[in-house]
Amino acid sequence: MVKITINGSEYEVEADLTILQACEQVGVEIPRFCFHERLSIAGNCRMCLVDMERSPKPVASCAMPVADGMVVNTNTAKVQKMRRGVMEFLLINHPLDCPICDQGGECDLQDQAMGYGIDHSRYAENKRAVKDKDFGPLIKTIMTRCIHCTRCVRFATEVAGVPELGAMGRGENTEIGTYVEHALTSELSGNMIDLCPVGALTSRPYAFAARPWELTKTESVDVLDAVGSNIRVDARGPEVLRILPRLNEDVNEEWISDKTRFACDGLRRQRLDRPYLRRDGKLQAASWNEALKAIAEAANGVASASMAAIAGDLADCESMLALKDLMTALGSANIDCRQDGAKLDTRVRSSYLFNTTIAGIEQADAVVLVGCNPRLEAPVLNARIRKRWVAGNFTVGVIGPEADLTYPTTLVGTSAKDLEVIAAGKGHFAKVLKNAEKAMIIVGQGALKGEDGAAVLNLARQAADKLGMIKPGWNGFNVLHTAAARVGGLDLGFVPGEGGLDVAGILAGAQSSTINMVYLLCADEIDTQALGDAFVIYQGHHGDAGAHRADVILPGAAYTEKNATYVNTEGRVQLGRRAIFPPGEAREDWTIIRALSAVLGQTLPYDDLKAVRAKLVEANPNFLNINQTTPAEWGSFGTEGAISDAPFASPVCNFYMTDPISRASETMAHCIETFGKDDERKTGTDG
Amino acid sequence: MLADKDRIFANIYGLDDPFLAGARKRGNWDGTKKILKKGREQIVEDIKNSGLRGRGGAGFSTGMKWSFMPKEVGDRPHYLVINADEGEPGTCKDREIIRHDPHTLIEGALIASFAMGAHTAYCYVRGEFYRETEVLQRAVDEAYEAGLIGENACGSGYKFDFYIHLGAGAYICGEETALIESLEGKKGQPRLKPPFPANVGVFGCPTTVNNVESIAVVPEIMRRGPEWFAGIGKPNNTGTKLFNISGHVNTPCTVEEEMGIPLKELIEKHAGGVRGSWDNLLGVIPGGASVPVLNKEQCDTVTMDYDALRELRSGLGTAAVMVMDKSTDIVRAITRLSAFYKHESCGQCTPCREGTGWMWRMMERICKGEATLEEIDLLEQVTYQVEGHTICALGDAAAWPIQGLIRTFRPEMERRITQPATNTDQAA
Repeated sequence: MVKITINGSEYEVEADLTILQACEQVGVEIPRFCFHERLSIAGNCRMCLVDMERSPKPVASCAMPVADGMVVNTNTAKVQKMRRGVMEFLLINHPLDCPICDQGGECDLQDQAMGYGIDHSRYAENKRAVKDKDFGPLIKTIMTRCIHCTRCVRFATEVAGVPELGAMGRGENTEIGTYVEHALTSELSGNMIDLCPVGALTSRPYAFAARPWELTKTESVDVLDAVGSNIRVDARGPEVLRILPRLNEDVNEEWISDKTRFACDGLRRQRLDRPYLRRDGKLQAASWNEALKAIAEAANGVASASMAAIAGDLADCESMLALKDLMTALGSANIDCRQDGAKLDTRVRSSYLFNTTIAGIEQADAVVLVGCNPRLEAPVLNARIRKRWVAGNFTVGVIGPEADLTYPTTLVGTSAKDLEVIAAGKGHFAKVLKNAEKAMIIVGQGALKGEDGAAVLNLARQAADKLGMIKPGWNGFNVLHTAAARVGGLDLGFVPGEGGLDVAGILAGAQSSTINMVYLLCADEIDTQALGDAFVIYQGHHGDAGAHRADVILPGAAYTEKNATYVNTEGRVQLGRRAIFPPGEAREDWTIIRALSAVLGQTLPYDDLKAVRAKLVEANPNFLNINQTTPAEWGSFGTEGAISDAPFASPVCNFYMTDPISRASETMAHCIETFGKDDERKTGTDG
Repeated sequence: MLADKDRIFANIYGLDDPFLAGARKRGNWDGTKKILKKGREQIVEDIKNSGLRGRGGAGFSTGMKWSFMPKEVGDRPHYLVINADEGEPGTCKDREIIRHDPHTLIEGALIASFAMGAHTAYCYVRGEFYRETEVLQRAVDEAYEAGLIGENACGSGYKFDFYIHLGAGAYICGEETALIESLEGKKGQPRLKPPFPANVGVFGCPTTVNNVESIAVVPEIMRRGPEWFAGIGKPNNTGTKLFNISGHVNTPCTVEEEMGIPLKELIEKHAGGVRGSWDNLLGVIPGGASVPVLNKEQCDTVTMDYDALRELRSGLGTAAVMVMDKSTDIVRAITRLSAFYKHESCGQCTPCREGTGWMWRMMERICKGEATLEEIDLLEQVTYQVEGHTICALGDAAAWPIQGLIRTFRPEMERRITQPATNTDQAA
């Protein structure tokens, strides 16, 4: 702790702060443009200049560390004059196009010009104009507005790990760009829009759509990957216009992936807004009564063992609970939430969680990635691994697909056989892990969904045990999920009951006509062709694969349209909140199942959300701990068995389209047009 | 006036052999081993006592700067970086040292590196000095061959390497931290201080950046003793200095003189006087483009040293004396300097990036008489809005000449605005 005097009052602050941070802590506001907590210090905007005693020149408070006995003034006439001066310089070449600028209303320059600027311009020369750059389908550039704070450059280089941006030229001819013009190849590029303090980088899909004060803002969570990024949903009337990140140090810091941010236009397309019934081989609009009655008729005469239910990747916990309860009431044990066939079970909770937690990555000193590509499966989590790597003394090994993860990796192997070697404590990388104070293993769905998934899980557990990844206060065993619904489903026990069938069994049963009725809850990632002659009920929000095959469609709500619970890959229970109402006759998902249960004569015992949530807690007390993770007991899991030497592959080969929402998104389609799919990415230099 | 026996750069006019044989004849490399034997602290102490102030322009005590380096070499090596990116308009002293007396520099680099615990010196030479680099490289090769530097420098057992790095001709790379960035292969943009280079410098290691002349005078100071050097010139402004006299003089030259020599004497003795006699003098920029111009009255009496010039709100800078006689269009001349700073601003920080362009544009209009009288005040305010608010000193350097002009030649600026018809449009 050091003593420093700010504006005449003495304060005690931590010694590793800068003046700006210290001022912030004691409630003294210092304007800034280039400074950002999560980026390196540039000190180039000069807006944060303050007066420091014994310094002939004013100092940039963002870069000056505090020292004992320092005397700082931030409110003198001299400082105010300096700020006015810098503000004037920033504005002389900044276009006065606020009325047509998308940043209007949430612009740092606008706000600070009001707070610290002067009311007229003394600049009589022509303003500078800068040619716009093409940064791809997500970011719209109006480079004339750029104030050269270099936040975007630092973000791309430091956080996203794609050093593609830079400042070219010098003096007043400085321009931010990619040199050879190309779209930014980062899955996190959208965050630059938030970082840009002016309207130089704005959202291309959101261009000219709305003003910030017209929007209703709802705090929610994302479901397009299993990270559970905290988001703010901005909506106007019945439309979600944009999605922004919300600060959560434990999960996504303040970043979200481009899919999370930009796939929201998919919420407006391909929507199921009313029930449908297949009549004469064609899906035809129907009323809720007709649809539910049709299901009751079809269910009549189907043996309970011939019924099955599959929960998809976007399903919320409330509806999965309701569906599980309904299936149990009907006497069927054929339920499964593992669409991809991952060999995870619910006996030991730590066997399917990201036990280290995302924030915990920062304490690790070595990690081995097994059968996953975190850059595509969970870009925000990948950024956390990169953050750890940037801090130094961190080794990353890969067993599985070799890919550019934005930090250097060591290829340890490609298949389960190589994992076996590590699990036996052999090989160079096993030593690295063993010698590490806090080692991690991250197992992806790519390693678990094969026939030998349970054996791979067993090997991964052995490796964790053997290489000292499990110790008091540290659990280095991690499963990286790709589906937002998966951990919730496993926590609820949405897996085959006694003698029940899993997804593969259900599909095989449908083929052989032993399964005659299948309930798909937002399940689109299965082979719908394999459902045979079964009577298929599809409940979901998009006309995707499942809906095409359905005999009855029950229109549900997307994640922005319901109050729902999700559990992320760490086992963190988070609440999504309703930002808009579901379109047309669509309803919140658990209420649909509740209504159906009454028609089927198995009325479920809850009538409101509160009662469902009470039931959730009953099913698994972890649901009480909202926004928290509960450390899971370590145990023995996985089964010994034969393993194959087939190379692991990431389950995500096309980052921009992984679910019904992003598949319906026009923006995501543009991304694929620009970037191609995974391996065929254009670099911008290949013509 | 400096006596011949007190000259450090005996071959500054290039009349003699610049290479090792000639250098040895002039006394270079004489007893270097003995100097090193004095030890690190003693050398730093001697340089402090000699009163040597940095010759790059800022005039900070060289010995003091050296003493900022960590006393013990930790796990990070120490470096000496020699700033030979001589880009200040009007300045040509380092170039003369490199091409005519390169061994003073190499020997000085060895002693300075030894004093700071550095085993490596980088000499960052301005890109345009290609032929000069060839000379320096040949001198370095000779020194290696003769065992003066290398594994066992001068038989002292000290390992010392000297590397030359050629810049690419950006003025800003002469700023010490921008030079470090450039040396590391990055875009030449000044770094924020703190951390200072003595703590985090080139490649993140403790580094001292010194001007060529500061380093090149070190061997002679060590040989003759700090008292000798401190005895030349004026108190606090000691020693000899290379002056570059250019512009409207009869014989432009680079000459070594004692600090504190009267400007008039300097010009008349060495540069053959002002073109058309001293009375034809309009003004002098005494220290390279970035210091404010002096008018004739000031020139009559001023002495050439850091403190006297500072008193006149100008500066010694690099001691590049630019003489302008009455034929000079002074407003256009300063406008040209403004254009230079606008062109050379790195664009990193706001006041300099935006301010240099604004100042230049206003100067252009004032030049053409297309301005109002109030704009002179506005221009002055803008210069104060830039000065002191930037990361490096380029902002100050861009502001000072204009401030000097307004202070000294305001009537001329006003005349151009009020009577544009009388403007002569001659080149500066």
